[in-house]
This record gives sequence, C-alpha cells and structure tokens, in this order.
Amino acid sequence: MLSYIFRRILYAVPILVGVNLLTFTLFFVVNTPDDMARMQLGIKYVTPEAIEKWKVERGYHKPLLFDQAQDGLDKLTHTIFFEKSIAMFAFDFGISDEGRDIGYEIRSRMLPSFAIALPVFVLGLFTYIIFALIMVFFRSTYIDFWGVVLCVALMSISGLFYIIGGQFLVSKLWHLVPISGFSTGLDATKFLILPVIIGVISSAGANTRWYRTIFLEEMGKEYVRTARAKGLPEHLVLFKHVLKNALIPILTGAVVIVPLLFLGSLIVESFFGIPGLGSYTIDAINSQDFAVVRAMVFLGSLLYIVGLILTDISYTLVDPRIRLS
Amino acid sequence: MMKLCKNKIKVVIFCLTSAALIQLAACGQMVWNNPYRTSDTGKNILYNVFTERPKHLDPVQSYSANEIQFTAQIYQPPLQYHYLKRPFTLMPYTSVEMPVITYYDHHDCPLPDDVDADAIAYTQYEISIKPGIFYQPHPAFATHVQSGWLYHQLNEEALAAVYRLSDFPETGTRELTAHDYAYQIKRLAHPKLHSPIYGLMADYIVGLRDYSNVLRNVQSGFKESGDFLNLNKYPLEGVDVVDDYTYRIKINGKYPQFIYWLAMPFFAPIPWEADLFYSQQGLIEKNITLDWYPVGTGPYMLTENNPNLRMVLEKNPNFHGEFYPEDGMPADYENGLLRDAGKSIPFIDKIVYTREREGIPRWNKFLQGYYDASGIGSDSFDQAVQLVGQGEATVTEAMAEQGIRLETTVAVSTFYIGFNMLDPTVGGTSEKTRVSARKLRQAISIAVDYEEYISIFANGRGLPAHGPIAPGMPGFRHGREGINPVVYDWINNGPQRKSIQVARHLLAEAGYPNGIDQETGVPLVLYFDVTARSAEDRSFLDWMRKQFQKLNIQLVVRSTDYNRFQDKIRKGNAQIFEWGWHADYPDPENFLFLLYGPQRKVGNSSGNAANNAANYDNPVYDQLFEQMKNMDNGPGRQEIIDRMVEILRFDAPWLWGYHPKEYGLYHAWYKNVKPNRISNNNVKYYRIDSDLREQKRREWNEPVLWPLVLAFVIIVINLIPAVAVYRRHESSMGIKKLQPKSS
Repeated sequence: MLSYIFRRILYAVPILVGVNLLTFTLFFVVNTPDDMARMQLGIKYVTPEAIEKWKVERGYHKPLLFDQAQDGLDKLTHTIFFEKSIAMFAFDFGISDEGRDIGYEIRSRMLPSFAIALPVFVLGLFTYIIFALIMVFFRSTYIDFWGVVLCVALMSISGLFYIIGGQFLVSKLWHLVPISGFSTGLDATKFLILPVIIGVISSAGANTRWYRTIFLEEMGKEYVRTARAKGLPEHLVLFKHVLKNALIPILTGAVVIVPLLFLGSLIVESFFGIPGLGSYTIDAINSQDFAVVRAMVFLGSLLYIVGLILTDISYTLVDPRIRLS
Repeated sequence: MMKLCKNKIKVVIFCLTSAALIQLAACGQMVWNNPYRTSDTGKNILYNVFTERPKHLDPVQSYSANEIQFTAQIYQPPLQYHYLKRPFTLMPYTSVEMPVITYYDHHDCPLPDDVDADAIAYTQYEISIKPGIFYQPHPAFATHVQSGWLYHQLNEEALAAVYRLSDFPETGTRELTAHDYAYQIKRLAHPKLHSPIYGLMADYIVGLRDYSNVLRNVQSGFKESGDFLNLNKYPLEGVDVVDDYTYRIKINGKYPQFIYWLAMPFFAPIPWEADLFYSQQGLIEKNITLDWYPVGTGPYMLTENNPNLRMVLEKNPNFHGEFYPEDGMPADYENGLLRDAGKSIPFIDKIVYTREREGIPRWNKFLQGYYDASGIGSDSFDQAVQLVGQGEATVTEAMAEQGIRLETTVAVSTFYIGFNMLDPTVGGTSEKTRVSARKLRQAISIAVDYEEYISIFANGRGLPAHGPIAPGMPGFRHGREGINPVVYDWINNGPQRKSIQVARHLLAEAGYPNGIDQETGVPLVLYFDVTARSAEDRSFLDWMRKQFQKLNIQLVVRSTDYNRFQDKIRKGNAQIFEWGWHADYPDPENFLFLLYGPQRKVGNSSGNAANNAANYDNPVYDQLFEQMKNMDNGPGRQEIIDRMVEILRFDAPWLWGYHPKEYGLYHAWYKNVKPNRISNNNVKYYRIDSDLREQKRREWNEPVLWPLVLAFVIIVINLIPAVAVYRRHESSMGIKKLQPKSS
C-alpha cells in the first residue's frame, strides 16, 4: 500500500503544477501586475512611479512566464510564475499583496470554516443515511412516496433560498438565534446552529435520494434474503448488513470531501458573517490578490488529491477484498 | 419485567420533554438572538458595521473611507473640522491655534499676505501643539528603570508567546511632541511605505522628493531587510522642528489647499519608538505592524483587530480631553444637537464594528436593535422611507413606531458621464469638428434626463448637477444663479430641463439632423464604455439607450471588466464613460481640477497621477484655474469660479450627472448625529442611551417558541404511524404469505 500511496503522491505533483499554471494563466489574462498595484494602492493620486515600486517590491516587475533577456535556464526561472510557484510547493505561501502572512491567515481562518463544515458533514451524513434507510424500510408505502417527493422538492430549491428563508424565519420572525456573526468557544454555538441546520437541509434532498438508491440496490441482493431467512429483524438487516455493504459508494462521495471541509463555504460564510477561508478567497478575488488566490487554489487542489487518496485507503478498510497495489 | 422497564423509559422521556418545554417557556423573557456577549449588555457601547476589511491602518498609507472610519478616531492631526458648522470650517485639534502662514520670496524674506502668488518662493506653516497630550498605552513605550526600553530588541525567546499586541504585559506612554509630527511627514517618503499622497506632496513639501532618494540610498546599504531606518537621523529640508511643541512645514510656492491636508491622518503624529518597535522582523513575521495596530493620541484606541469579523475601539485612557462644541448652525439648536454643548467628550466607552458582507442580515440586525445605525439599500428603501409633502423624505410609519429617524445629507461627490475629448466624434479634431462635437454634447446633455434617472435608479436620493462642484462647497451657486443654462430654463422658480426639440435642433446644427450624419448619410452610433454589469444594471443601460434614442442616436454599450475599463480611460480609448469623484477636502479646487488640462489622463507629461478622465483641455479654463487655486474664498474667487463653470457648461465635457444624497437611519437611542463625509472623527461626539436600547432590544426580540413546539409535535405525530408500521412488520410472519388460500 505504501508504494501505491507514494506513487499517487508523485502523480499529484504534475497535477498541482498544471493547476498552478492554469490559475496563473487565467488570473493574468484578466489582471496585469499594474492592475494589481492600482487595486492595492488606490486610484486617486497614484503615480506610475508608485506602481513600479510596488511591483518591484513584490517581484511583479518580471516577465510572466518567459524572460527573453536572460540566458539558459534563467529564461524560465527569472519569471513571476517560477518565483511565485516554487516556494508554494514548500508550503511557504508567502505574503499577500496587502502585506499579510498568508499562512497565518489560513491557520486562523481554518477553524471557523471547520466549525461549520464538520457538524454539517457529520450530522448530514448521519441524517441522510438514517432517512434513506427509513425510506428503504418503508419502500412502496406512502412514507417512501412522500419521502421521495420531499427529497425532489428539497433538491429543487436554491441553496440561497434556504439561507435567506432560514434567516428570515428562525432569526427575524422567531428570534431564536442571531442572524449572523461568530464567536469563539462555547459562545460560538448560537451562531452555528442555524448555518448547520441550513447546511444539512439544503443538501438533504440529493443525498438522501442518492443513499436510498444505493440501499435499494443492495436490498435486492442474495445476502439480504439470506439474512431475512435467518429470521433477523429488519432493522438489523438494514443497519448491520445493507449499510456495511453499501459503504463503498458512500465513502466514495464522503471521504473525498473530508479534507476540503477546512476550505469552508463561500456563500454560507458570507451570509452568516463567518470569518472562514471561503470568505478569504472571495475577498482575495475581489481585491485581485493573486498571492492569496493562488495559495487557496493550490490548497484546494492539494486537499482534493489528499481526499482521493484517503478514499482509496478507506476502501481497503471497509472491504478486505480490495488491495492497493 | 421487560414491560415495566419500557414503561419507565417512557415516563422518563415524557418528564424530560415536559421539563424542556417548561424551560423553553420560562426563557420567554430572555433574548436569544443577541449576537454580542451577554457581559456587554447595557454597556455604553456603539454598535456599528463595516463591509470591506481595511487594508491599511498606518496613517501614511491609509486613505479609503473604510479605513479612515477607524484611523480618524485614533490619530490626531493638528487640525480638524468643526463638527456642526457649515460650510466646513477648520479648527485646531492638537494645535494651539490655526497654523501661522507666512510667505517668503527667493531670498527668504517674508512677504505680505496679499502678495501675488508668482512672487512666493515658498510658504511656511508654523504649527504649535498643545502640551500635555499623551499617547495611548502601548508596549513600544514600555521601559524598565534599569534596562531601558523593554520591547525594542525582542529576541526569539521573548517573541515565542507573542501572537498579538495585547500579549505584551507592559505598556507605557509619553507626551506628544512636534518631533512626532515631523517624523510622520518624513514617513511620506519612506522607501518601504506606499503613501498615496507621496506624489502629490513631493511637488509641494520642500525637499521631499530628494529626501525619498536619500532614504532609498540609505536603505539599499542595509545588510538585512529588517534593519530599522531611523528617520530622525536624516533631516528633511521642508520640515523644521523649532522646539518640542512647535514645528514648521515649508511648501513650494503657494498651495492654500495644503491646510486641508493638515486635517487628515496623513499628517498625524507617529512616535519613533513605535516605528522602531514595529520594524522588528520577529513582529513583522507575526503580522504585528503599524499597519495593523495603530498607536495614537486620539479619543479611542484599537483594542481588537480582526477585520474578518470585528474591530473594537475603546476609550483611550490617556486622551487629553476635549469638549462638545458650543456653537453650530441655527437648525442644530432645533435638532437638539447642542444639548451636550460644553460637555466633556467622548461620550461612548467602546465601539464595536462588526463585519457584515451581506445587506439582508445587516438590515435585519438593525431592525432588531443590534446595530445602532444603518444605510438604506435599494431593497429596503420602500420599507424604510416614504416621500411626503413636496417630495420630502421621511421614515415610514413602521420605522417611526420603532423610533427610527432619518438623517440626510448631500455628499460632496459627483457622479457624471464623461465624453472623451480626444475622440473625433464627441471631442472633435479640428476647429470645425470641435464646434460640431460641442453641439452634439450639448444636445445629449439635454436629452439624458437625470431627474428621471434619480427618481428611477436612486430612489430620489440625489440632486441633478449643474456643474462639477457639489452643494455645500464654496463656489457652489444655489437657485437661479446656479442653473446650467445650456440644459435648463428657469421657470416657475425652479430649473426646468429644456425640451427635446432644443436638443434635436442642436443635433442638427452639429451635423446630425435626426441622428443621421449629413455628410455620410449614416446613422450616428455612439459608444458607452462601462464596467462589466450585473443583470440588475441592465435596466440602467436600457434606460441610457432610450435617452439617446430620443435623438435617434444609437448607443452601443461596450461592457468590460474594471481593469480593462481603467486601461481604456488611461489610454483615451473610451468614447463615453461613467465616472465619479468624492472630494478630499471642502474646496472647489478639488472638483475643478478634474477638468484642468495638465491633469488629463492621456499625454500627461508630469508623470503624476492624473484625474482629468475626459482629457478636457481649454487654455482659458486652465489659466483661470491656476489663478483660482491660489486665492482665498471670497467674491473675487467666486467670480473666477463662476467664469470657469460657465466655460464648462458651454463646452459640456461631462453630462453633469448628479450629486448623491446620503440617507442614514438612526435608532432613538443614538444622539448627536450630524452626518457628513468630510470630517471623519465624529464618533467622539455621539452619545448612546444604552438603557433605552436594552429595553427596546428585549421588546423587539422576545423568542417565539411555538414553532419549536409545533416541530416537536409534527415529529411525534409522524413517528407514531411509523412505529406502528414497524411493529406490525416485525411481528408479522413472512411465511404466512406463502400459504395457499383455503378456498
């Protein structure tokens, strides 16, 4: 397995380089270093001299990808792309264009994002599986029918509607929790209740239906009939046998997003005033802060790759027949 | 036995549920949705909001409105604006009196005040500051009797437990001196800092440009990038410290507007100790910098800086004290703005600024009493404001019931549509085509109905502009004298836009009868350059097309992203474009320079920042501008301004657009508010009735519990048949289904 993981890590390197190159190209197609400098320095009274100084200090005065004026390998290394990318592969995200340590910002913003994403993930997974199993248990009854109708209805509504509707009902009309905000420690609970509930409900339709489909497929298999024939109660059949055998497709969807939980949600964080990484990325895009955008995209792709590797490893844990080689 | 146990469990569940419901009911008097700490309840705190995180809090770098709302409360420049007087009046802040201004010739001989500007070699501003002003408590000043400065040479061990400024256990203070003001002026030229006004000030402050080169050379000689550049070692020709309480600034020639800059944080004091303290590499690596943790002498100091969530200002315990103004405008007496006259300020102990990116939560929290003031978004405008009488705006009944009041002010801003004067069609290339283009611009000026625009797109929040100068500024003319005769007639005691027939006539004179180029026979097509628009803005662009369509002119919208748009403006590739300006200081020069020839964007040889986006260039206007900018306000200056505005109205390089009106809503407990956008250090004048706020918050936010009970009941009702089905399923025998029917 170790050699498999090592190989996957090696595969990740060209993927990360490719993602980095793509981000770099897309960013600089839209923004020039001069634009970035103007955005940081302001529009009023900014002189060309100040713009040039800003670029030199941050290394944006160099060519983007290829320096014709240099010799040999310097043609490639004496460029913005190389100089900005090489440190990142050593996890040195550097300083943002507004002069703050990106690593520090990521560390301090990771926890608020995680404080929402983890409960949404755990509660969501638990709720969707339970509801899917109940619908399977009551399959072909009115409960199953109305359950599917409810799922389709939930899927059809925009995520933003849940947020605005939830804030309107729960916070504005009923005054049960604050509309937005964040705090640390136990005080954070009152701010997390609503976004977590909304996070769970907004994905309930699609996920419950997906899990129901998986479980229904399993229900038709021989081992289920055997379990019933042995006289096992239905809840044991479902929770002990069907759930266990359906874990592979569940893990495929679930484990891959575990590392991404740290990255937060753009819309939820914005509406609920959560100082997480989602809003950090949005702020960086708005202020054309390439250093932050690049770091966040790099981190996102890296965590996605980690998620995929973890998914593969989790297969071996739930199904002994699978060997990674 | 088993049955008995199950019954016990049911009893326990029932008891717990009942207890929870009783508990919920008992909590009916509590406020559950309070977003603040319970310990802050009833305290003298102002709750405010900010949407964009500040980038800089270093006064030499900070400029934008979202930054100055913090820095203006912390830093004390020598001058400030009178809170109540209009037009805006400068007054001493830390200075003993207004600066003593002396003009000198090239032989350093003083000149009389009324001397011609050309004879002035330099102007000297002598400023004396009040003794006994102390800095806020700060670790940069912390000393030990034996070891001296405690935190000026921090090693790794000392830095290990430091993550924020408050982690330093010891603080100190010292008296403000004139040296600190001189130090800050030198910082404008610091090679590591980016002061947005450096380019401008280098033209005026004697020797500042050379000083920048000196500092750059010194810095380049440093072995390590973190070495401290002690500005005290390097004298600046244009700044002279006379004694601990007096300093002088020398300005090249005459620049009367310089005095307004002395009321901005750019000229606030910075102690060298703070500069040295923050220059330590270990602190920089931990993001502890002057840009993040300001140090000032003002009424407030920043105690929490988390711009992603919350910024907190608290009363500076060392603040030297100030008193609420004892005079103001006549209306201020009626509005109760002088009830606190002569009292010691600041009134408020703490200001909590919470970051809210979205309008919906911001608005709802204001209605719940968790923010003390709010702006009005277009979504909530009808809910908040109604027009009564002769278009006078007031709050709706629902708002009035909550005790919310509306304060309005005309911003010292202008939003206009510019014509690129380098464009052959709208600007002209020869004398003949320039005349034709001017008539075309005049025709469009009449056709684009800004009264309608303000009504539709700004909810009535604006005044149609008759020239570049905003109301409230010296030089602005009210009433009949102030109308733009090219676009308006004075009818029934008010300006009335000329009929579209007049515009069509002008268009025909311009060579485009009925919108057709009479030389080529081709319909006239003009191009409107805008930044990428959201779906909401499409209606505005459709409206613009219709305005041009009145003249049978086809308007093509060229939408692009903001960077490309800026690029087009810089290179003069736009034809018609939207732009705006907010005044830095209350002087007409700050509007009129936007059309000053040497300020044009294209072909600007000075290398300085240029703000004449229309590339308007009129030698007569430029000459008058140069004359006007050096004059003091008075009839003579007004006469020149009138002539300049007349030239502009005739040439019509802009559709003059409108001056926005700012509407703000304030709760009944929020006192002493007189909004304006020129002076920013106003928080010290505000007062909060925190008892009233607490009472209203409880009244407005009583938790509604029936939805929780209902949800519980629904769950139970749904569970009962499900449990019944499950039990029936579990107790049934599957084999029964296999038995053949007896018949």
